[in-house]
Amino acid sequence: MSTHSVFQPSLGEASRDDSRPKSPARREFLKTTAAFGAGLFIATYVPELAAGAREQAAVGAGVFAPNAFLRIAPDDTITVIVNHSEMGQGIYTSLPMLLNEELQADWAKIKVEAAPVDPAYNHTVFGVQMTGGSTTTPSEWERFRKMGAMARIMLIQAAAEKWSVPAESCQAQNGVVIHPQSGKKASYGSLAQAASQVKVPQDIPLKDAKKFTLIGKSVKRLDTPSKVNGTAQFGLDVRLPGMIYAVVARPPVFGGKVVSVDSSEALKVPGVQTVQQIPSGVAVIAARFWAAKLGRDKLKITWDHGPNAALSTSKMTEEYSKTSATPGKIARKNGDPQAALASAAKTITAEYDVPYLAHAMMEPLNCVVDLRSDSCELWTGTQFETIDRLMAAKVAGLSPEKVKLNTTLLGGGFGRRANPASDFVVEAVHVAKIAKAPVKVVWTREDDLAGGWYRPKWHDRFVAGLDAEGNPVAWTHTIVGQSIMAGTAFENFAVKDGVDSTSVEGAADLLYGMPNLQVDLHSPVIGVPVQWWRSVGHSHTGFSVEAFLDEVAHAGGKDPLELRRMLLAKEPRMLATLNLVAEKSGWGNPLPKGVGRGIATHFSFDSYVAQVIEASVEKNGNVKVHRVFCAVDCGRAINPEIVKAQMEGGIIFGLTAALKTEITLENGTVQQKNFHDYQMLRMFESPAIEVHIVPSDAPPTGVGEPGVPPVAPALSNAIFAVTGKRLRRLPIRSSDLAES
Amino acid sequence: MTSFTLNGKSVSVDDEPSTPLLWVLRDSLGMTGTKFGCGMALCGACTVHLDGQAIRSCVSPVSRVAGKHVTTIEGLSTDSSHPLQRAWIEIDVPQCGYCQSGQIMSAAVLIRENPKPTDKDIDEAMSGNICRCGTYPRIRRAIHRAAELAASGGTPTHQKGAR
Repeated sequence: MSTHSVFQPSLGEASRDDSRPKSPARREFLKTTAAFGAGLFIATYVPELAAGAREQAAVGAGVFAPNAFLRIAPDDTITVIVNHSEMGQGIYTSLPMLLNEELQADWAKIKVEAAPVDPAYNHTVFGVQMTGGSTTTPSEWERFRKMGAMARIMLIQAAAEKWSVPAESCQAQNGVVIHPQSGKKASYGSLAQAASQVKVPQDIPLKDAKKFTLIGKSVKRLDTPSKVNGTAQFGLDVRLPGMIYAVVARPPVFGGKVVSVDSSEALKVPGVQTVQQIPSGVAVIAARFWAAKLGRDKLKITWDHGPNAALSTSKMTEEYSKTSATPGKIARKNGDPQAALASAAKTITAEYDVPYLAHAMMEPLNCVVDLRSDSCELWTGTQFETIDRLMAAKVAGLSPEKVKLNTTLLGGGFGRRANPASDFVVEAVHVAKIAKAPVKVVWTREDDLAGGWYRPKWHDRFVAGLDAEGNPVAWTHTIVGQSIMAGTAFENFAVKDGVDSTSVEGAADLLYGMPNLQVDLHSPVIGVPVQWWRSVGHSHTGFSVEAFLDEVAHAGGKDPLELRRMLLAKEPRMLATLNLVAEKSGWGNPLPKGVGRGIATHFSFDSYVAQVIEASVEKNGNVKVHRVFCAVDCGRAINPEIVKAQMEGGIIFGLTAALKTEITLENGTVQQKNFHDYQMLRMFESPAIEVHIVPSDAPPTGVGEPGVPPVAPALSNAIFAVTGKRLRRLPIRSSDLAES
Repeated sequence: MTSFTLNGKSVSVDDEPSTPLLWVLRDSLGMTGTKFGCGMALCGACTVHLDGQAIRSCVSPVSRVAGKHVTTIEGLSTDSSHPLQRAWIEIDVPQCGYCQSGQIMSAAVLIRENPKPTDKDIDEAMSGNICRCGTYPRIRRAIHRAAELAASGGTPTHQKGAR
């Protein structure tokens, strides 16, 4: 099963290469989550049933709410209710585009509203209301168009009945229904009341793609105006009458517990109201944030550091390396890799390491809770509405229907705001139970970086066998790292035979033709909470696989581009993507002295990406990234400018991971505190970026994450090209490259 | 009581004098356009103007602004007509948008003092502002574009194409 199998058949435009390997990780995750929300998915997918929620969406007299996703008011205002969270990926624009392609309203009249939590808004594949996995546009590709088409059909019917003419003789255009023979016209708003009485159509045909007028255009983002004048409302900006503030002191070691608290000095800080223990630590509640923060600084807490007090990431690196030399659980096996290695003319071995990484969204975590005796209302920027509401209800001791969750704009998400334990929401409800007033729980930057739920630390060990001509004939890849899915509600579905499919994605579903291939996995259990982080497992396999392939190319005396072309002979879409980036980057053309060029590809979230990076290294070992070329095949690009922006952002995100960031632990304690020791790429380090989109009429695929995985390998391959130094750990350190 | 001028209007607040201006703006005055990112002047999300100069409000005690003029993103223009705001919209700079108030406030000082900044000038003026979404290439383009808009008397010139 893939995302497409859910809705593709009725589109009548099958993917052009159904033979391509589906990511096992993705397949498993989709199975998982579809099963998780069993039954709900059907209800949300069938338009008539989704329309059952129209009472909920309908507000105000004379408003036409044909389904849960749309309201048309008598004043011609069109409100699109969007069920996915806007965290920068542009879906508050691209989803309304899908809907309005069929509705044919005046685009200038469209407003966007965040959906409430309701089964009507569940993810068409995952079965819960959420945003993640680069699935928003692919999963809504059909539903949002159908919701728009449904409304258009009903508006035309209402007009036809009013004018006593056949519906077939009327047309819809730019928010107006027209009867060309009589010259009669009626705006959508004027038809709203009448359309509300029209029977919901059973058959909702969709436009032929050749007739698209909005899809494929770089329409301006609807959220930009509010983001340049300070009016955009993020979770941290929510204010309620009588609202108070809280910060929480959490254990310095994961799994630690409070032994005792001396709050006497904290309570002397003007404005501090109360200090109380909650399950996750010690909450300080005050009239204002700053008082709460000062109060927390004055707490004297004795901690029991618990079982993780000796954790050290440098020791883990050594242990992971030892583990990688032993056989793990088999995730993929083709041919006879051991025999092929034994008979190979040459073998090469390499080990790669990447660290724990924090998401470090610019807006630190926060949640506002108004808890009453028989109800609870929350405001937060979340990617995980259904789960958060369920967890909040459990803590509040209320049924989920009594809990209202308002999704605000997200100041970045990158996966962190879809927490499997709803950590920041659950904690906020615990705080609300003692606050006795609406309360905003604020995480500081230090809280965020030390708060866990990181991208796992990974170790990748490879052995490749080459034949006498230098062609790879065998490839083994042993992966060591924590399972993200273990211990979550998804474990039973996502972990099969000891293999978490998200740990091996990008490795077990290698696109390169390799006759003898083995991928195996060790999943150590370690007390550091881990989570999906922009591009998930691909964030380590993208680097290690593509850097090691570069090693294989050089060991066999092959050009890295030519070797990839040869190994992708049966993968036409990736081959075309690779060829596009090679052409646009002028692969093979001479470069200025001291500049190296590296190449990498990666298939993730059903999209194909290839990148070429030009970089140089200064004497002190500092890396300068000059230019990044990116080609992407993401199926049909709904809004090409948004696709380009996501690739640009993914590249910067990937460069930060390649050059800057790591979370380390010593004595169980996270060593990084703030942006001075967890540094982000900045303007002066930001390279020129060119993005080229492969033209395609295949259904849309992921865009938010696929730009990230090829960045680190393209960069490290460029550095090898210019220095001859092979980098096998991230982040790249100037000390690895300085001239001695 | 601390009194200062905020976006052209007199305000008085009763926060402790050592309270950072950021939290006075956000929590006491309800001006939430100015953002909290780090609390240590490392990310620039809290950038505002103090008597026309860019400062990081997260490390500026409110006592420092007594009697002075503070401008926040809400006061940069009343109708998003500042050349930077227009350029930001034209080029669709923001993604999540959280850092953009600070980016625009830093850029506003740059183009006021240097009406035709080079890429190097932009690097120097803007490297104190972090964008986790990676909008730097578009911020750079938009600053150049804003400089053009400002130079042409604020009249946007029409571009060809879909953008």
